[in-house]
Amino acid sequence: MEIVACLKQVPDTETQIKIAGDNKSIESGDIKWVMNPYCEFGVEESLRLKEKFGGSVTVVSVGPARTVEALRTALAMGADKAVHVETDEALTPLATAKLLAAAVKDLNPDIIFCGQRAVDGDQAQVGQALAQYLGMPHVALGVKVEVAEDKSSVKVSQPTEGQTVVYEMPLPALVTAQKGLNEPRYASLPGIMKAKKKPMDKKSPADLGVSLESKMTILQLTPPPQRAAGKIIAGETVADKVVELVKLLREEAKIV
Amino acid sequence: MAECIWFFAEERDGELRKVAYEAARTARRLADEAGTQAVGVLLGSGVTGLAEKLGCYGADKVFVVDDEAMKNYTADGYAEVTAKLVEEHKPAVLILAASVLGKDLSSRLAARLEVGLAMDCMELKIGDDKKLVAKRPIYAGKAMCECVPGGEPQMASIRPNVFPTGEPDESKKAEVVAVPLNVDPSLMKTKVVDIQKDTSGKIELTEAEIIVSGGRGMKGPENYTILEELAGVMGAAVGASRSAVDAGWRPHSDQVGQTGKVVSPNLYVACGISGAIQHLAGMSSSKVIVAINKDPEAPIFAKADYGIVADLFEAVPVMTEEMKKLKA
Ligand SMILES: Cc1cc2nc3c(=O)[nH]c(=O)nc-3n(C[C@H](O)[C@H](O)[C@H](O)COP(=O)(O)OP(=O)(O)OC[C@H]3O[C@@H](n4cnc5c(N)ncnc54)[C@H](O)[C@@H]3O)c2cc1C
Ligand SMILES: Nc1ncnc2c1ncn2[C@@H]1O[C@H](COP(=O)(O)O)[C@@H](O)[C@H]1O
Repeated sequence: MEIVACLKQVPDTETQIKIAGDNKSIESGDIKWVMNPYCEFGVEESLRLKEKFGGSVTVVSVGPARTVEALRTALAMGADKAVHVETDEALTPLATAKLLAAAVKDLNPDIIFCGQRAVDGDQAQVGQALAQYLGMPHVALGVKVEVAEDKSSVKVSQPTEGQTVVYEMPLPALVTAQKGLNEPRYASLPGIMKAKKKPMDKKSPADLGVSLESKMTILQLTPPPQRAAGKIIAGETVADKVVELVKLLREEAKIV
Repeated sequence: MAECIWFFAEERDGELRKVAYEAARTARRLADEAGTQAVGVLLGSGVTGLAEKLGCYGADKVFVVDDEAMKNYTADGYAEVTAKLVEEHKPAVLILAASVLGKDLSSRLAARLEVGLAMDCMELKIGDDKKLVAKRPIYAGKAMCECVPGGEPQMASIRPNVFPTGEPDESKKAEVVAVPLNVDPSLMKTKVVDIQKDTSGKIELTEAEIIVSGGRGMKGPENYTILEELAGVMGAAVGASRSAVDAGWRPHSDQVGQTGKVVSPNLYVACGISGAIQHLAGMSSSKVIVAINKDPEAPIFAKADYGIVADLFEAVPVMTEEMKKLKA
């Protein structure tokens, strides 16, 4: 099986986000960059499919030079080769998906994994757009992926509000990975050593002939609405405090 | 009919979902701001009877594709059918819910139509040049991004529970326009093979008005019964922190936070949850936050409107009793 996992490098979730002077981007100075957690699930699932069906796993990422680190992590986990589409531009989901489509097309993947969303822009768009551009069906939020023995189709379980839907798609197809799909492995020390020798193919948007036209105008970034400092409810006993709380919820917040 | 504000009306099992009314009302408000009509799109099987009702929430007109092939949502099927309608009628704006279905459909559709999509918005307005202006959280709510989606239609999805549905006006009915299936079903590659309903009758977190959530301070899975009792009295859903989920006390689907669900209830009661940045990312857009924690230094108190420093095992049962009195 030809398996592709698309991954993005994002700020560690602990990162404090500071808006840059232009009010349109964030300060990238002190950020620790990591592989997007949802992409880890996609990489892990790719490796498991390869272990079961054979074939190869290619990891692909679009981003600046530092992106190589996230790709190396995936290679150290066990992926066979990496494609790095190098660009310093802040891209819209559609532009990213076009680059990914151009980068993976010639690999003729049977199945592609993306994360369900990247925890930077929280777009949850690139996987769906990539599937559309490649003319493939997709299922989002996969928590269970079962490829048929004859490798002609895949069943994907998707939790939605109050129910789980099981979809079936003919391959090739794309799945976006949700938490619960698997437990991603850690890169082993030998894995990290081996990763250094694995192929890392570098491409530019120009090589891929993709226009990066933006369909989104950013007006400004602002800090989130601040929550007014709350009240710590005083009281002699726990019961007093709770009685006061319920009173406040009813009379002040008017919510119960 | 150009220039209209369109919305997608989400339906399941023969009923419109609350997010459909949120989208309808939002489209109505934007249409009023732009001086145009609010028009719905409803796809499904046996759903024509539901369309009229969208008028109560402000829809002037609803296009309905009522066909067996539309019975279950599939991304490729629904995106293509909606795209064809959009191409024919050329609305100025298309609003969807940022529900599981709405996020998925809007993403595929935006690529199909080659337009910009503002995902999971908290605010929408029509700007001076009659263009839709959206505000959405990024970096898990650590910043807000004000943006103008490009292309036509301008697309946006709205976070559930944030935009009001308003009171329905039962006297208003939408004009219903039946549209025959406009895509060959054999081109829809995805099939639904099974639907497993959550039998617990639980209230879905992203749709709940009230959430009672428990973290590592709950000490074990068996203790969630005290939260369930409180939730039962309040008509609330029960959520959890990642620590509780990772410990196997609660299912993944209950996790609130950056790698769980993003929720905006009217009231969020955090019990034995410290308030890690990744947890706050999932619940800080709640309207009122209550924290019950025995550690007065817990970061959750900095975000809570009301805080109680106490042992939750003492406080929660008292709260249940107080709420019972209130409801009696
Ligand atoms: C990539 C990444 C993603 C993450 N995503 C999420 C996410 O989506 N959601 C999430 O929640 N976390 C997430 N986390 C984990 C997060 O960093 C915290 O570890 C987690 O939220 C802590 O859970 P907690 O508050 O239940 O536990 P703790 O931090 O251990 O807090 C327990 C709290 O309970 C209080 N307590 C204990 N006993 C009692 C008692 N008897 N009465 C009252 N209070 C009591 C304690 O004072 C303490 O404040 C993520 C972490 C990473 C690295
Ligand atoms: N720059 C990128 N390079 C590779 N994959 C990406 C990139 N951006 C997004 N993706 C993939 O698309 C998923 C969803 O991203 P997003 O739409 O940005 O939330 C991610 O989890 C990745 O799998």
